[in-house]
This record gives sequence, structure tokens and C-alpha cells, in this order.
Amino acid sequence: MGGNSNVKLIDDNGIRIDGRRVDELRPLKIEAGVLKRADGSAYVEFGKNKVLAAVYGPRECHPRHMQNPAKAIVQCKYNMIAFSVGDRKRPGPDRRSVEISKIISEALEYVVFTENYPRTSIDVYIEVLQANAGTRCAGLTAASVALADAGIPMKDLVPSVAVGKVNDQVVLDLQKEEDNFGQADLPIAMIPRTGEVLLMQMDGHLTIAEFERALELAKPALETIYKAQKDALTRKYAVENTEEEPEETSAPAQNLEG
Amino acid sequence: MNKENASQTREIVLPGDLLDSGKLKAGPGTYVQDGRVYAAQLGIKNVKSNFVNVIPLGGRYIPAPGDSVIGKVIDIGPSNWLIDINSPYPAPLHVNEVPWRVDFGDTSRFMGVGDTLLAKILSVDETKRVQVTMKEQGLRKLQGGQIMEISYSKVPRVIGKSGSMIQLIKGMTNTRIFVGQNGRIWLDGEIENIMFAIRAIKIIEENAQTSRLTEKVREYLESVTKTEQAASG
Amino acid sequence: MARSIMSEIKKDHIHKLLAKGRRVDGRAWDEFRPISIKTNFSETAEGSARVRVGNTDVLVGVKMTVGQPFEDTPNKGVLTTNAELIPLASPTFESGPPDENSVELARVCDRGIRESQMIDLEALCIEERKEVWILFTDIYVLDYDGNLFDAAFLGAMAALRSTIVPAKENGKGEDFPLPIRHSPISVTAVQIENSILVDPTLDEEKVAEARLTVTTDENGDLRAMQKGLQGALTLEQVGKIIETSQRLGNDLRKLIG
Repeated sequence: MGGNSNVKLIDDNGIRIDGRRVDELRPLKIEAGVLKRADGSAYVEFGKNKVLAAVYGPRECHPRHMQNPAKAIVQCKYNMIAFSVGDRKRPGPDRRSVEISKIISEALEYVVFTENYPRTSIDVYIEVLQANAGTRCAGLTAASVALADAGIPMKDLVPSVAVGKVNDQVVLDLQKEEDNFGQADLPIAMIPRTGEVLLMQMDGHLTIAEFERALELAKPALETIYKAQKDALTRKYAVENTEEEPEETSAPAQNLEG
Repeated sequence: MNKENASQTREIVLPGDLLDSGKLKAGPGTYVQDGRVYAAQLGIKNVKSNFVNVIPLGGRYIPAPGDSVIGKVIDIGPSNWLIDINSPYPAPLHVNEVPWRVDFGDTSRFMGVGDTLLAKILSVDETKRVQVTMKEQGLRKLQGGQIMEISYSKVPRVIGKSGSMIQLIKGMTNTRIFVGQNGRIWLDGEIENIMFAIRAIKIIEENAQTSRLTEKVREYLESVTKTEQAASG
Repeated sequence: MARSIMSEIKKDHIHKLLAKGRRVDGRAWDEFRPISIKTNFSETAEGSARVRVGNTDVLVGVKMTVGQPFEDTPNKGVLTTNAELIPLASPTFESGPPDENSVELARVCDRGIRESQMIDLEALCIEERKEVWILFTDIYVLDYDGNLFDAAFLGAMAALRSTIVPAKENGKGEDFPLPIRHSPISVTAVQIENSILVDPTLDEEKVAEARLTVTTDENGDLRAMQKGLQGALTLEQVGKIIETSQRLGNDLRKLIG
């Protein structure tokens, strides 16, 4: 957060440097099931962010000592590739990635029905291929779709977006310059139907009124992202009319014929 | 979601979708919140008796007692083998559960790492520890042929109503096919025929939700097999 | 454990097909899987490409910065190649620093780029002994179904050929395309029971006894080679693979333009 009010990021008509109004999201595109080896995957383009998420599991938990006898653990690793940013990033996890991995793991543990899979691990990998602020939000949005694509039982999909403050105004979905020179950044993830907040961070300076305003902006945005998540999955698994209904119960032992 | 004709369209549901807010009871693949039933998994909504459940479209195979599965030996101990059943849980197979008399320490003589076998799920406890057995009629080590893996959720489609689909493939390609509940399939026969059968099963897997699937499979098999099939079945 | 053990039946099936001169996916022994190459995937990289060879999917990006030259080559730019087998690409890839497979992949690609002298490194000198362009090629495997060497190298070639040197933003004049002089191409083959198969799938690699990657330039000359796996190759097999690499290299070269 630059906190620098001198950089003019919103003009007098309320138009931001990329042409958006204060309550507008960047263009969003989500695709489900984009990788072959992973159990589930999703690709998200959110403005100039390009994020790939993959899920493996539930599978045997490694390292063994992290196994939980009562449920699955959700291990998320968030990473930015070397050329995802203007100044090449040295490969390998840094402290920021470690923190983001942790908070995303926690958000996902809440929604996944982990009790169904004791002693296993559900591994989620988020790779930021191109970054332009809000990558953890795009990452969680993608991870959520990847989990559903992997057939993992969960309460709901989890959309995520960041709200911020720029030139003393609360704005939705910061892009890179706004994030760099803005005055506050508030990434948030919430289940629209229940209003449960699963991820929230804030840095900068917000009055309580500004925070309330930020939530007002976030809610409809999260609904929009949520719809896009559902749409991505529905498109992938689109069903045509079919007259041939096989018995949906698990078929009896004699299918093992000879 | 395609809702042109509600009675015919199979409705895809996603986690968090409301399935029912009143009378139906919660079946597998769903959860209850505030008296309402929601989908817990990506799948097809299904109502039976007065239960609503979700038939999953993907996910890992979770073993259930009585399931017939095709397993792969991944480790050997002096009195058991460890079997991968294409599930988050590997299954130990004890020497007491095989049709041979195996002396302590002699296990590798009967089956080695990489071997494939037909087995049945004996039991699954609350922590999902699985036991398998080979002691039933027909269960055995498999040799020759080829193995393929599909999503376990497509197994009913591959088998078809009363086995009609799998019989079609077997008949037209003159192959033996075992379909495990865990999504592993073993095929045996002449190599060309095995390739055709594999392709036919892949067609089912890729088009599981579309209509006229049986015809598509039949058309494919007719176009590739040169042998005349007996007009059986 | 379960992640990498291949069933004996699958292995035998590959051998049986090979005995009839066939492959599981129906390809000829010297046929590549369908290849797709898309450049300019990334806006933050100076050059980038996404390559698919069958189901293998690799993303390559090139970044350039201004830095100091090495003492023994004071008038030449600096090349670095890095490869990551990221865990999302395969259940067998683990998180962590590059393992021996990542390192081998990176170094073989690097050799192909460096030894072919495809990049005019002297043109990347800004001020002798003081400032040169440093070029980073980062290779990321996104989906693993065999033959990472060729997919990665094709990606590197395509990314480098589309790279624009960011002179302007570094205050070094106008941007210019990275000066490329040659087009090396790598072709990888495996030996399974004395049959040679080009562009192995993952299953074919698992059954293979030996592997050879040959990188040739547009004249058919050798620029890099790497033999892998724990088996052996006869000289005759080596010759056959080299000759095939020259031939297929020419076809692949056309894909990069």
C-alpha cells in the first residue's frame, strides 16, 4: 500500500485509470477441468490475472505425521511463477506465498466435508501465471471450482474479491496500480447464500463507515463471481436430454462377468 | 441448466444448490441446513422414494463392502499384500483372504508388485480402513490383456441397464471384460479387438451424458469390426 | 508409492503391441502426437509460449533485465534456464526445490539454447565489462504425459523467438526483437525391447529402457544430446535416433516459423 493520495487514480467523473467505475469488476473468465492429470482443475482470468488451480485427492496424506484420523486435511500451496510479475520473481516459496497458502487452506477446510475422508489429504495447488493484484482472490475462486470439478463434497463454492480505497474513495477490485498506490486493500471471500466470511485480510486505513461501504460493494461482486464459477462447471458438464437412464444405484456384483 | 422439459432433462447440480425445502429427505451427496437440503457435490439430482440425492459426476471411488474391484499390488509384507484400489485408501490383503496356502514370508511367490487382481471389498470401518478378499468364487489374479481406468461414476453407464452396454461391447469385439466398481476395467482377447473395446468404452466415458449413446457405440463398433456379429441379445 | 507403480499388464500390453510394430495410441514409431504452440501467453514476460504435445502441457516465459556480465565474457549477455516440475502437473511431482529431473530438464534445454549459439549474445552487450542483458528462460510443466524435453524445448524456442528486448523501460534505447540466428529443435526417442519410439507418452517412458534426446540445427548438425534412463543403446540405435531427429526436426521447425 503506497498510501499516496497524490497519484491520481480516479478522475473527477469517478472513472478509474482502466476506465472502470468504482463499483465495477474487471472482466472475468473461468474454465473448469482444464488439466488431464489432476483430479480437478480450473483456470481463471480476472482482469490481467491468469491463475491455474489444480486439486489432487483425497489421497494418502504425506507427510504421514500430518494425517488426521478423523478427517481429511486440506493443504493448499499458492505460488507465483517467475514471469508472473514485471520484475522476475526468483522461484521458490517466499513468506508472502506461505501466508497466502495458509489462509486459503483455512478457507477451503471450512467448506469441504473433510469428515468424509479421514486420514487423507486434499492437495490444492494454485499457480499464478500472470499477476495484476487480487491474485489470492482469483486463486481461491479458481481453487473452489477445481475442488468441485474434482468431485469433492463441499458446502458451497467460494467466490473471492478484493475491495480497496483509492484517492479517499472505496473501490471494488483493485488492479495493480491501484493496489500499489492505494490507501487500503481488503481481500474477502464469502459464501453468498449464508454470508459466512471464510477469508478476510485488510491492510491500510479504513474508517468503519468505509469498511461498511466496502462490504456493500463486495456483496454483489461476489454474487457475480459465484455465478461465473457455477457457469464454468455447468458448461463443462452440460447435459443433454437422454432417454437411457441406467440404474443409478451401484451396480450389483455380477457385472464382473467373464 | 437445461430446463426445457423438466421431466426428461437430467439436472446438473453444484455444491450449495438448493435441492428441496420441504418434504424430501436427504440422501447421499447432500447436506441439510436450516431444514433445507442442499447439494454437496457436483452431480445429477435424483429423487427416489422420498429421498433426494446427488449422483456424483466425478470424484474418487470410495469403497463399500461387497463391491467387486480390480486392484494392483503396490507393496508386499510377509503376511499380506497392499492393494491399490484406485481410491484414497489402499487396502491390505491378508494371506488368510486368498485362495492359496501361503506360508509366512512367501507372499511374493504368489503375487508381486505390479500384479493385477480381482477382489472384493470385505469391510470398511469408520476411519475408512478397508479390507479386501480374494476368497470368493471367480476372484483371482489377472494376467494378459489390458487395463484401463475410467471415473468410477461412469461405471453404471459402461455396464448399462441390466448389463446391456457391456454385453454389446463384449459381443461385438469378442472380448472378455471385467468392470470393477472402482473404475478399473480389464479386457482380454485379440489385441485388435481389445483396442476397439477400449475405444468404445472411452466413447462412453466422454459422452456419458448424451443421448443415443448406445447407438453411437454400436455405430463405432460396426464400423471397425469385420467379424459378423451373431444377432444375439 | 501407488502413484508411480505401473501394472505388469499395462507393461505387457505395450510390449505385445510393439511386437506388431504398433503403439497404444496407434501412432507410427516416428510420429509425434498433435502439437499446439501459442506464443504471447504472458503480458508480464518479454516472450512466452504455451506448448502442448499430446496431453503434455508446458508454459515457458522469458524475462530480461540489465546486469553485470561474467568476468570471462565481458561483452556477452548472460543466459539462465530454469525448469519446474510443479506438483499440479502430476501426482508424482512434489513441492520443493527442483529435483534431479527438473535440473536435468533445465540443463538439457539450456545446452540446446547455448550451444547452438542461437542467440547473438554479443548483441546483448550494452557496455562492455559493465552492463549486459541477462536473459532468464523459465519452464513450467503444467500437465505431464511424457516427453517433457521436446515440449519444453519447443516452448523455449517459441518463447525466445517472440521475445522483445525491453530496452525502453530500462532506459537503453528502443525495444528490439531478441536477435535469433539459428533454430535448434530437439527430438526425443525411447528404446523399448530394442524398438525405437519417438515422442514417448508417460506410459511408454515408464516401460522404456533408455531414452535419447537429440537437438539439431537447421543444417542437421548436432548441438546437444542427452541419454537418459538406466538401460543401454547400441550405436546403431543412436545413429537411427540421430537421423530421425534430423528428419523430424525439420518438420517441427516449420511449426515455430
